[in-house]
Amino acid sequence: MGEVKKHDTPMMDELKSGPWPSFVDDIYNYAEKHKKQACFDILGQMELSYKNKETHWKHGGIVGVFGYGGGVIGRYSDQQDKFPAIWAFHTVRVNQPAAKWYHSSALRKLCDLWDHRGSGIMNLHGSTGDIILLGTVTEQLEYIFYDLTHQLKMDLGGSGSNLRTPECCMGMSRCEWSCIDTQDITYELTMHFQDELHRPAFPYKFKIKVSGCPNDCVAAIARADFSIIGTWRDDIKIDQEAVRAYVAGELKPNAGAHSDRDWGPFDIKKEVIDLCPTKCMFWDEGQKKLYINNKECNRCMHCINVMPEALRPGDDRGAVILMGAKAPILEGAQLSTVIVPFMRLEPPYDNLKNLLYKVWDYWMENGKNRERLGETIQRVGLNRFIVDVLGLKPLPQHVKEPRSNPYIFWKEEEVEGGWTRDVAEFRKRHPA
Amino acid sequence: MSEKPERPDPVYSQPYDPTLAEKLYNPQKPMENRITDIGPPHYWQFLPPVIQRNYGKWKSHEIIQPGVIKYTAESGEVVYVVRCGTPRLETTDYVREICEIADKYCDGYVRFTTRNNVEFHVTDEEKLRALIEDLKSRKMPGGSYKFPIGGTGASVTNIVHTQGWIHCHTPATDASGVVKAIMDELFEYFGSHKLPAQVRIALACCLNMCGAVHCSDIAVVGIHRKPPLVEDERLEKVCEIPLVIASCPLGAIKPATVEIGGEKRKTVRVNVDRCMFCGNCYTMCPAMPIADGQGDGLALVVGGKVSNRITPPKFSKVVIPYIPNEPPRWPTTVKWIKKILETYSQHANKYERVGDWIERIGWERFFELTEIPFTWHLIDDYRLAYDTYRTSVHFKFTSHVEVMTDYEY
Repeated sequence: MGEVKKHDTPMMDELKSGPWPSFVDDIYNYAEKHKKQACFDILGQMELSYKNKETHWKHGGIVGVFGYGGGVIGRYSDQQDKFPAIWAFHTVRVNQPAAKWYHSSALRKLCDLWDHRGSGIMNLHGSTGDIILLGTVTEQLEYIFYDLTHQLKMDLGGSGSNLRTPECCMGMSRCEWSCIDTQDITYELTMHFQDELHRPAFPYKFKIKVSGCPNDCVAAIARADFSIIGTWRDDIKIDQEAVRAYVAGELKPNAGAHSDRDWGPFDIKKEVIDLCPTKCMFWDEGQKKLYINNKECNRCMHCINVMPEALRPGDDRGAVILMGAKAPILEGAQLSTVIVPFMRLEPPYDNLKNLLYKVWDYWMENGKNRERLGETIQRVGLNRFIVDVLGLKPLPQHVKEPRSNPYIFWKEEEVEGGWTRDVAEFRKRHPA
Repeated sequence: MSEKPERPDPVYSQPYDPTLAEKLYNPQKPMENRITDIGPPHYWQFLPPVIQRNYGKWKSHEIIQPGVIKYTAESGEVVYVVRCGTPRLETTDYVREICEIADKYCDGYVRFTTRNNVEFHVTDEEKLRALIEDLKSRKMPGGSYKFPIGGTGASVTNIVHTQGWIHCHTPATDASGVVKAIMDELFEYFGSHKLPAQVRIALACCLNMCGAVHCSDIAVVGIHRKPPLVEDERLEKVCEIPLVIASCPLGAIKPATVEIGGEKRKTVRVNVDRCMFCGNCYTMCPAMPIADGQGDGLALVVGGKVSNRITPPKFSKVVIPYIPNEPPRWPTTVKWIKKILETYSQHANKYERVGDWIERIGWERFFELTEIPFTWHLIDDYRLAYDTYRTSVHFKFTSHVEVMTDYEY
């Protein structure tokens, strides 16, 4: 290894100060310690971007490993003379273990690989959930892939028009509210759909995210084409003793989430009963007893969040399946919309897999190039998608409200006598 | 169904062999020794034993101080979690330090959250105290904390963000630097529980929004403001013209033919009056660069959320259409975010998310309280714009309203 060259980066250096962990300090320390020119060059190029207020990465670049159509994103500098060590700086997406639990032995070995074959810079994690390894050259890609599969038993994640790496919240590993086994579902779907994940055959990207309860900690409803959100159908379980402890101020509301401000003593009426969106709760002050009209509950989680020791989701558990979320490009942002109000989810989740196959069959046949599922649903109409495509029953749960216009696309078979009429017959009744 | 491996795979305790791949991979026979489609490692092997024992059998949790959560299982077993912010963009040495801490206190187990925090788990209080002291003591040479503790409850937790100028080819702003500047300024809110509810901040460096920031309490979005350039001499060689035309959501791109050096070249023309600067054409065509140091900058969107708690999930709305890029500290952006956060903190009710607070007081009041200027850019004129028009006389007379007495024709 020859001499390394540090660039003059006053603006980058400014980001070493302040209390929040500094990525600049981290990268410079690493660069000095390991004598890595790529790390000096990346901060040099970033300084140039800070000066010009423009990126210095070229557009795209198709690279990958044999047999896969995704998982590696090609990246080339447009300042290759100034920053030769990052002339190519490809990204490798590595499929994270469900809910992002690790053992140091695995993480450390991954670090060893990345020191040897890449820049040493990474993200834990990328927006979709993958481990992101930033910065390597084309020649290293196959070796990285062989190292991952042989020495780390890891595989690449998704990129391009394929199934993106599924992601979930921490689920049952630590959360008492998780109504479904988010990690097992994520693992099972990821393993079952390896072909869809590695070999792009879709009109555009397709994301699956799994949240254990309506708090939706993995933002499934906002960013997954296929959102799985755990819920329950029966009654919220109440421990009246614990409710009384909250009311008496013995337990901290919302598990202590508001501890640094004096909000006054806990007021169950003001903080729980009155904030319930369906007004289905009643606190009997005389009896010191909480009543919930569970039939009217829409399972928003507020009361459970506020009194976690006292209230718990019911035992009849499953998931709501929603579809179609996406960011604004192109037709505007969309949230996922309810498709299956309640699906029982038991291993090996064949119902879930079959629903995905049904959706993909239609979308691959009918989706336009770079059209997300949510946009396809809008184009064909939610009613047609639910009834004609998926063969499901239309339900009031599918909409916030029924349509306000009567411009209904009646089907011919719904109208007595069909659409074939004789104008001569018409004129016999109604001379022109 | 797959077997659940109880302990981390023995392969991880074998040292990394830097020469193995060269021995296994033969460019002439690319299928030789190739392992494919194995998917991620099974999650079960990475769960600490206490988590495995109580999986799906947790009873409750309590945030005993900002950043520290105590989970109690039905079995009576307890686990303490210490949550720390990370820069997300980090080196293997930083990750090794995480491993060292995990080895010292947590038998090697560690977890990362959706919002780029790292979590350490211990089962006894003595270890917890030692872990917290250790984490607090670790600093970068420049003085920043390596592992600030917080991100629980009514706090500003870590910012979900994209790549920006460090690695992306379409950004209108940086990501990691802006995040650092914002979190430095909001640091006290990361490690405390003094807000009315949790505030989720996110950043996307262009409208592709890799982080889906469009449902955040406060989000920063990189935007362009100049139409794309068209490189006539290069375009037909590097772009599929019909795809480029189809990529424009407003139909502003049409095919064209030009003469360059006596040679006819196929290219496109952009109707700039129709361009909304989304950058989708550049995504499809490298010969239509849209980024521009003067034109690009940030927009602030607020009031979104993903949780179903009390009110349904909702989109964030644009409140500041443009702030110039001001590296390295983005002072104007940081100033406005702090102003919004502190105005919210001062006026919102307990449990009220930013969007719920604004809906209660009305957007007109929000603009008055925050002193953010309301300009024509904030009135929607894209798809479904009508849904945002005020079609009632329910509004408040804020300082914005002037009495109309005369009107000149």
